[in-house]
Amino acid sequence: MPIQIIVEKCTGCTLCVKACPFDAIRIMDKSGDSGLASSSQSHKKAVIDLNICNLCGACVPVCKLKAILLEKSVGVASSAKADLKDYKGVWVFCEQKKGAVQSVSYELLGKAGDLAAKLNTRVSAVLLGHKMNEQANELVWHGADNVYLVEAAELANYQDEPYTNVLVKLIQKYKPEIVLCGATSIGRSLISRVAVKINAGLTADCTGLDIDPKEKLLLQTRPAFGGNIMATIITPNHRPQMATVRHKVMLPAELNKQRKGKIIREEFGLAGLTSRTKLIEIVDEIETLVNLAEADIIVSGGRGMAGPENFKLLEELAHALGAAVGSSRAAVDAGWMPYSHQVGQTGRTVAPKIYFACGISGQIQHLVGMQSSKIIVAINKDPEAPIFKVATYGIVADLFQVIPAVTKRFKQLLQK
Amino acid sequence: MNIIVCIKQVPETTEVKINPQDNTLIREGVKSIINPFDMYAIEEGVRIKEKLGAKTTVITMGPPQAEAALREAIALGIDEGILISDRAFAGSDTWATSYTLACAMKKIGQFDIILCGKQASDGDTAQVGPGISAHLDIPQVAYVKKIEELKDGFARVERMTEEGFEIIETPLPVLLTVVKEINEPRLPSLKGMMRSKQAKIVHWTAKDIQADESCIGLEGSPTRVVKIFTPAPRTGGQMLTGEPQEIAEKLVELLKSEMTG
Repeated sequence: MPIQIIVEKCTGCTLCVKACPFDAIRIMDKSGDSGLASSSQSHKKAVIDLNICNLCGACVPVCKLKAILLEKSVGVASSAKADLKDYKGVWVFCEQKKGAVQSVSYELLGKAGDLAAKLNTRVSAVLLGHKMNEQANELVWHGADNVYLVEAAELANYQDEPYTNVLVKLIQKYKPEIVLCGATSIGRSLISRVAVKINAGLTADCTGLDIDPKEKLLLQTRPAFGGNIMATIITPNHRPQMATVRHKVMLPAELNKQRKGKIIREEFGLAGLTSRTKLIEIVDEIETLVNLAEADIIVSGGRGMAGPENFKLLEELAHALGAAVGSSRAAVDAGWMPYSHQVGQTGRTVAPKIYFACGISGQIQHLVGMQSSKIIVAINKDPEAPIFKVATYGIVADLFQVIPAVTKRFKQLLQK
Repeated sequence: MNIIVCIKQVPETTEVKINPQDNTLIREGVKSIINPFDMYAIEEGVRIKEKLGAKTTVITMGPPQAEAALREAIALGIDEGILISDRAFAGSDTWATSYTLACAMKKIGQFDIILCGKQASDGDTAQVGPGISAHLDIPQVAYVKKIEELKDGFARVERMTEEGFEIIETPLPVLLTVVKEINEPRLPSLKGMMRSKQAKIVHWTAKDIQADESCIGLEGSPTRVVKIFTPAPRTGGQMLTGEPQEIAEKLVELLKSEMTG
């Protein structure tokens, strides 16, 4: 059995029950069992339900009596382990749309620089597209030592299959030890496919990345259960170690136009560029405002906005700040805002520098989508609204008076 | 047409509470539900069946208790349920989970469309759907918000992006992960509930789906969880009071450094 309780040591203290994030441990009365007859011992013992247990090991360190044994599986045979040393370098898959490199790529280059320094290795960017020469130079200026550039008309826009094929071939040829990618709709779709094809470990939506000083493994920390718990994950026996990272979590690399790097052009035959799916059209919905995922500031409204016409107040504030407009599920379900603006469990997860929650009560489903924001400003007339429990600045007032006043004040400030 | 809907049983997030004394999750008495995103996949499968005629199968990998989720899907209009359950699956990460589900798909054999929710609300990875299609080597479209056209061997769908959407045509079979915008899930009908009570759920083990032992469970999972901890919960901060003008001045003063820095 991969995990077991040493019954003789267990006192049924329930510490492990509390530590288990999967609710897989129960305390049971084992007094009926033979062999545990000694009356001086407690009959209450922890029992792990192996149907539910995920072998995460959270219970092991909390047990003061060292009564839980977890076998750390060796996984891949040791012969394969020698091959791990062949993998070198930190890669960033740099996403471009219509030729524009997405900001998350620069954030990842910044982080890749830190990781590469700790590993004493180099940072490489991977760029796929059509006529991307200038953009490749930009990546060098943002910290890439090498840029693997693959240009073809078929790669102009993202498509799952050709992008997967090219990235798989590059990884197999150059063997990077780490591959990072933005947790965007493209990144999450692409990298999950790549990881399966090359048998690599992949951790989604990391908010923290570091290098274990002893084993030199990538430590990938990510929220789970809507941010209620954090898990640190490693990939001990497979290479590369792959992770996606959310927008706005890492600091972007600084621009230095003096930086020098190598641009390595790779070519692939047509066979690798074919796609069974066909991209017919890219439709950009008319938005005068900023994209939610990339926004530094988001102004969101909920049921307290009382009607679709009142979102104009939020748009005015957003316009003054260069911010995006978000919405709670309640406002989307009422038909006041399109779904693409919804923040929360069934919408988007965002982490801007400043999040304004206007007339949003703060149900848990909304909180999990925005509670990693640096500053939360809550405006609500109900002092009991749960949003105030997470707000950096809380304002109990009529939002129809406060928001225009705030907009006006910001305009005055920004004009100076 | 054959449609397979993949679902996951998850704890209801609204019920997850943190014990303030030791910052641990309180899971006692927490209800298990079908992952909210999978409800849209189920609904879409039932709608295709109603429109074009199709056999719909719902499948989940999980503990024996997950049978309840399959029955709920049947109550909503799905024809059959398959539970893939085996202790050997314990500790599966997204690689091993997508491998296991792909093995089950191969055993089912016939499928034109595989529908998944865009991600699960407990893990939030969005990796298993694309992982299944990679293992099966079939095309995928993630974040589908509309199926515009569907006929034998062909589908045209709208895929949601950060800026809007893309229109994509694909041959079948294809795997689609769907977002909330695609439909409004119905409530179970009385007839459906009756049917779900009597429905026979098929149980498959690792052996039944001919899964390679080295590719399932902890052994087949490239990633390992080494630490789980609870972040310090966010606590309420400063309350700003006064007339709207005063509040606005105070707030702008406090946020000024963030705006310029």
